[in-house]
Amino acid sequence: MTFGGWLVMILSVGSVTGLLAWTIHRVIRTPGATEHIHGELDIDTHDQDT
Amino acid sequence: MALATTREAWTSRVGVILAVTGSAVGLGNFLRFPGKAAQYEGGAFMIPYFIAFLLLGLPIAWAEWSLGRYGGARGFNSAPGIFRVVWRRRAAPYLGALGMLIPVAIYMYYVYIEAWCLGYAVKFATGQMAMGGEKGPYVDFFARFVGLNADGAALDLSNGLLSSAVFFLVVCYVLNFVLIYRGLNKGIEWFCRWAMPALMICAIVVLVRVLTLGTPNPALPEQSLSNGLGFMWNPGVEGRSFWTSLGNAQMWLEATGQIFFSLSVGFGIVLCYASYLRKDDDVALGALTASSGNEFCEVALGGLITIPAAFVFLGAAGTAEACRSTFNLGFMTLPMVFASMPLGQFVGAVFFFLLFLAAVTSSLSMLQPAIALIEEGLGLGRRASVTLLGFVTAVGSGFIVYHSRDARALDTVDFWVGTFCIYVLATIQVLLFGWVLGIERGYHELMRGAEIHVPRFVMYVIKYVSPAYLLAIFGVWIFQQASAEKNNYFAAIARDTVSRLSVGMIALVLIFFLLLIAQSVRRWNAAEKGEHGAIS
Repeated sequence: MTFGGWLVMILSVGSVTGLLAWTIHRVIRTPGATEHIHGELDIDTHDQDT
Repeated sequence: MALATTREAWTSRVGVILAVTGSAVGLGNFLRFPGKAAQYEGGAFMIPYFIAFLLLGLPIAWAEWSLGRYGGARGFNSAPGIFRVVWRRRAAPYLGALGMLIPVAIYMYYVYIEAWCLGYAVKFATGQMAMGGEKGPYVDFFARFVGLNADGAALDLSNGLLSSAVFFLVVCYVLNFVLIYRGLNKGIEWFCRWAMPALMICAIVVLVRVLTLGTPNPALPEQSLSNGLGFMWNPGVEGRSFWTSLGNAQMWLEATGQIFFSLSVGFGIVLCYASYLRKDDDVALGALTASSGNEFCEVALGGLITIPAAFVFLGAAGTAEACRSTFNLGFMTLPMVFASMPLGQFVGAVFFFLLFLAAVTSSLSMLQPAIALIEEGLGLGRRASVTLLGFVTAVGSGFIVYHSRDARALDTVDFWVGTFCIYVLATIQVLLFGWVLGIERGYHELMRGAEIHVPRFVMYVIKYVSPAYLLAIFGVWIFQQASAEKNNYFAAIARDTVSRLSVGMIALVLIFFLLLIAQSVRRWNAAEKGEHGAIS
């Protein structure tokens, strides 16, 4: 295996492994984020309820 | 609005990510990718491969996830329903027919390949695959097992029930339809939650075995693991420079096709899965995670297992010959390789079981889009939808299994549906997202609930670069196929009966879905009129 081969293999395998690790970290770090990420207009304060 | 009375949803974000990843990870990750990469010198192949991932695969995945959630928030889970809410034209839902045809027609032959994997895993586990170090017995076994020698040969059970792949096909059918009947979370999500980690563990077990092979035959020192990895990853071989290799147009075409099919974008499956997300669920990070999971399985696992294992037992010439066909590599060459290596019986069983798990998580995803249309369009319950779809797919699979000589029917359906139609549907989806939904609404949709920031220029990539890239690749591919002297699928329709019948079967399935969509549109229109009437 040539130096170029090692380089390509490490870059390829490393980049997909790093990307997967980063995305999994993000997913796990914010488990319930979808429940509280809303724009201002989405928040219903019920202050106009009669 | 849709007419479904109960609305299914994913129970967790991890569940939907695993389901989409499971849908994408299949035989192509462990067999097709390594074969193509080695054929075009992995070093050079990875450049167009990663460019296609960034300019085509990932943007289309973001578009498909966003379109799916957009349609789901408006009560639709099927491609016709989703296209109808995105593009208010009479033709829009009928364009979605491809989103039904593609997964269902692919399922008809994919489940047969899934059965081969299960059959091989069982035969390895029970020690029936120890046929020596020559390739001939493995070629004969594969031909008998799947019926390559004559039409109807796979249905010959005179040598025992387990001698044909048909028995395993029945097992796979039952497994798939039981899981689909259990529904989105008790069936698909539940299965993917344990199958995907199990698949990873199996792949790591096989990877450890392959990376510790060293030089199995001291008399052939050149057939070492290091040279095997070099065969897969070295850029520029046989006196060609890296830059000369990079100028190979055919390699760019193959690398783009690989990324496109590997991520399962353009199948209509992600569209359906994403429609079960809630309105504010993240799609940006979910799509990236599922795509990177698929890439990890393909590059880091598939890229380190298949070719190095074949190389240390077959050498450069044998591996190059095996790489020309995915079936040759997977079902004739690798079984011989496993049978030749220490602990090969165990490793072979684990490898084919992992292929089987990868295939089941993919085939399950192919059934859900049609179930969604039958349920929301015709108002049928789960039992009736599963029965109807089971009948349609069983007839199609029966046709493919019967016409097994040289896998001609399988090959033809794979060409027209598994490649041609996918290009068309992917183009429709990316145009709908970039041009109909538009950059502003599209970006707003993508970023709602997003847990990562997607740069705004991605929208311009989706609007201009992805469709142009897709159409260019599609055009070149059609030209190549239409002018090919061997395996010309266009010419085969005129001269080969099985090819003609296969195309006819595809047309029948398409008509079935067009009729289903017409009926669904009538129900949706009637429901909307009723709603407006009630309001006024």
